[in-house]
Amino acid sequence: MLQALTLILLCQLVGETTVLLAGLPIPGPVLGMLLLLGWLFLRGGVSDDVGHTADALLAHFSLLFVPAGVGVMLHWERIQGQWLAIATSLVLGTLVTLAATALTMVGVRRLMSMGLTRRSKVDD
Amino acid sequence: MTETPLTQIWVYLAASPLLWLSATLVCYLLADRLYRLGRGNPLLNPVGIAVALLIAILVATDTPYGVYFDGAQFVHFLLGPATVSLAIPLYRQRARLGALALPIGAALLAGVLTASLSAVGLAALLGADVATQVSLAPKSVTAPVAMGISEKLGGIPSLTAVLVVSTGIVGAVFGTGLLRLLGIRDDAVKGIAMGATSHGIGTARAFQVSATMGAFSGLAMALSAFLTATLLPSLLTWVGLVGE
Repeated sequence: MLQALTLILLCQLVGETTVLLAGLPIPGPVLGMLLLLGWLFLRGGVSDDVGHTADALLAHFSLLFVPAGVGVMLHWERIQGQWLAIATSLVLGTLVTLAATALTMVGVRRLMSMGLTRRSKVDD
Repeated sequence: MTETPLTQIWVYLAASPLLWLSATLVCYLLADRLYRLGRGNPLLNPVGIAVALLIAILVATDTPYGVYFDGAQFVHFLLGPATVSLAIPLYRQRARLGALALPIGAALLAGVLTASLSAVGLAALLGADVATQVSLAPKSVTAPVAMGISEKLGGIPSLTAVLVVSTGIVGAVFGTGLLRLLGIRDDAVKGIAMGATSHGIGTARAFQVSATMGAFSGLAMALSAFLTATLLPSLLTWVGLVGE
């Protein structure tokens, strides 16, 4: 647990430091995630310790959003003034994104399988 | 107010991080219990209910957000390490990831572009100011990443955090129904769409549908966070929201 937590925190620390020093456009924890992913590929597997710690951190992932969500208190005025724009952007934008992502994935998969059947027909 | 022993205790507790840290956990557990009692009805999203409970308590006790956050920051801090931990579910899915790389890549690119352009476009159309538009742009990305992006591009990070959480709740509440309406049955596709749109909150919802949907959602959340962080600065410069 302690070793795994240290590994995860060190990846984040190296990520945050590199982003600051190199002026990268991505946030530190994302670079940290890529570093950890690279480390796992180098090691050729996930140790039980690291696996359990990550599962514990991710098991209540939604809890971690609560403090930021309560921050809505700070923005009552801005939200009241622009509520229609914000609500439309939130609801409609989210639904459109869900549909676009899912339909693109289905479409590309269908195109690929059509390509495969055509190729196998030529092979015949 | 007269100094009764009760107010003295309140003054003492209100000054330490313990009170609001505990309140955050208690409200979340209550919301989670309610969600289970409602048999996972997405309308009873635990994040939304926990936030509403906490705000009601803070308003009733006249507690400013800053005081609340002094306690809640310990929970908030874990968002960073949890984001790093996403490497583990990603690594576990590496075999399927290889096979589906092209459709997933295309879907995520479509998702990231649609998410930010629809958010900015709809908000601009309905008269939101530039700061609100920039704060909305990364709303489909997991909170720590979205806040970082928003700050770098001139948005309001704490507003972005709220919008990110709201987007997560909207996706978790309506996502499975919409995907069913679109006739999508494959849990891999549903997971990718959920994670790309509604990040961690959507992923928490996806894990309740199936482990496959959850894993793909986690994958989409991680990759779209990375894609958005890389693409959004040039995208917003291109639409003229951010100066060179």
